Amino acid sequence: MKFTWFNLMPWPYLPDDFREKNRSVWVDIDQRLFDPVKSHEVYNTYMDLLEYAGTLGFDGIGVNEHHQNGYGIMPSPNIIAAGLARRTKDAAIVVLGNSIALYNPPVRVAEEFAMLDCISGGRLVAGFPVGTSMDTNFCYGQIPSLTREKYAEAHELIIKAWTTRDPFAFNGRYNKLRHVNIWPRPIQQPHPPVHIPGGGSIETYDFCIDNTYSYSYLSFTGYIRAKALMDGYWKRVEERGAPDKSPYRAGFAQTICVAETDEEAERLYAPHIDYFYNRCLHVYPGFADAPGYRTIKTIQSGALSQYGRPQGFAELTWKDLTEGGHVIAGSPETVRQRIEELAKGLNVGNLFCLMHVGNMPAEKCMYSTKLFAEKVMPKLRNVFPDYADDDRFWCKPIANRVTPGSLPTAPTRAPIPAE
Amino acid sequence: MELKTVQTPHVPVRYFEGGSGPDLVFLHAAGGVTAEDPFLNALAKSHHVYAPLVPGYGDSEEAPEIRDMLDFTLHSWDVVEALGLKDPILVGHSMGGMIAAEMAAIAPNDVSRLALIAPAGLWDDDHPIPDLFSTLPYEMPALLFHDEAAGAAIMTAGRNVEDPGFLQTYLVTNARQLGMAGRILFPIPERGLSQRLYRVKARTVLVWGDSDRLIPPVYAHAFKKGIKGAELVSIPEAGHMVTLEKTAAVVEAVSRLG
Repeated sequence: MKFTWFNLMPWPYLPDDFREKNRSVWVDIDQRLFDPVKSHEVYNTYMDLLEYAGTLGFDGIGVNEHHQNGYGIMPSPNIIAAGLARRTKDAAIVVLGNSIALYNPPVRVAEEFAMLDCISGGRLVAGFPVGTSMDTNFCYGQIPSLTREKYAEAHELIIKAWTTRDPFAFNGRYNKLRHVNIWPRPIQQPHPPVHIPGGGSIETYDFCIDNTYSYSYLSFTGYIRAKALMDGYWKRVEERGAPDKSPYRAGFAQTICVAETDEEAERLYAPHIDYFYNRCLHVYPGFADAPGYRTIKTIQSGALSQYGRPQGFAELTWKDLTEGGHVIAGSPETVRQRIEELAKGLNVGNLFCLMHVGNMPAEKCMYSTKLFAEKVMPKLRNVFPDYADDDRFWCKPIANRVTPGSLPTAPTRAPIPAE
Repeated sequence: MELKTVQTPHVPVRYFEGGSGPDLVFLHAAGGVTAEDPFLNALAKSHHVYAPLVPGYGDSEEAPEIRDMLDFTLHSWDVVEALGLKDPILVGHSMGGMIAAEMAAIAPNDVSRLALIAPAGLWDDDHPIPDLFSTLPYEMPALLFHDEAAGAAIMTAGRNVEDPGFLQTYLVTNARQLGMAGRILFPIPERGLSQRLYRVKARTVLVWGDSDRLIPPVYAHAFKKGIKGAELVSIPEAGHMVTLEKTAAVVEAVSRLG
């Protein structure tokens, strides 16, 4: 299995009465609740935590893109990723991802991802989400029923920009470019591996299968509820005639908290889990799905958005959340068992570990992360021995990578001209 | 009203037809229109009414290639052409009013009589139009009707909201209809009409409910200013769905055109 330590970067100072006083954590959240001065510490702590995970042997560290969102203060994941690329050595930089329909022109994504790949020495794992309706339609104004068409065109343009060595003209419906010629271009050839976050659209399954991209189900509702959706994906993989059912064709996000014992986990983490599930996910249902955002085929398949139900999650307790599988929490052995159940049950090789939860302080987060890395991760490495060599969905860094920050502190003497 | 089909270059278009009198084309609002619509039926008492459905509405075929305002406008002209009509009275409500105004602006010599009922198409920063696309069903009546309770009763009539299949049908209908409407109404229902409005030559009647909370009456004055000689008929105790709340008064206003 491959483990990516993920931070959504929630704002940790939403008030206790947030749900009562605000209609949504997303789109029209009260801007006064954001304190820029406090965010200085929040951002740096969150980046420190990602870097810490990078030192513990996680395969990747992950960031994502949300807009106007109280549980994600990362409208530009590439900015965070650039910082991480400099301060980490071996971990993949998993940007999951850039909402490519939102960039004008999307060549920008091809360029910035190329920069990240070059700076990190080929450690980029690229993600191309369609983006949630909240982000894409309500915050960024894309027309719902044209979003997928625009996304498809952006994808075509980015891949072509990455893989074509001579300037070309791109006459798209949404992008008219006479001279596409990206500079720089990525280290990884033909291009960095691509993961596609999805929420049950059949079109997205097919898109991943046809392009050999990894399908990532980023849900907060946990592995038990994900079974039907992932079964649908694997059924489609078979129907579509893919050569294999490698678990690395799929990724899954799971909230995970580890302590010495199950009781300690509840004592340490329950308040932060409560903050996340009962405060951060308070999304106004009117923003969940702009009409036209989902295709008719997807609606008819019955796979509705995790945000679809009215009022999101209604006051879930620790017991509800751990028993329901939203959260995997407990002693290393409890967590190991449940993740093995997740991996085998969903046939998922890429696990996105949501280990910073809600308003969890750094100290607790590091404790949980360290226990996971030392006592859980090693035992799960070889869950899929048949696919141990499947490297199609992961980055391939160059061997000789430089150490950033290794210049002398000051020049010692006047430079000598080359001749 | 009878539901019929006419072929256009893009898709077969479904339309309601009924009544006798001068030819009149009615372009519906984002909510669509049905054969039982009281306003259509009242109009049909004095007019030969044609009410085409925007592709994707009702049981009509979708037209993915109709994407922007020009596509909508030319498609609507294609429908008039396909119906074999010359200079019909052109009537549009809300989104349909926006399309009708565009049709009259793009082909000013082909429209001599125009009725715009609370049309979309303009934007005033001081009076932002509520976001219809994030409005939940239960919030709609307050936005659309002068009498919220009566409006809620109209909107839920004949619908069994307890039926588990209802939600899926509702979502599919919404995706088809409002998905299509979103191409000219989302996220702001303005596609440059104000730059073209001066071209309208038609004798124009503007009809507005005094308590329209979706497109407030301040927009009536903007349209009146934009279209030379336009006549404004303000209707008291009526909201955006003025066609349902004050059917007779709207029919009377439209009938001023002949």
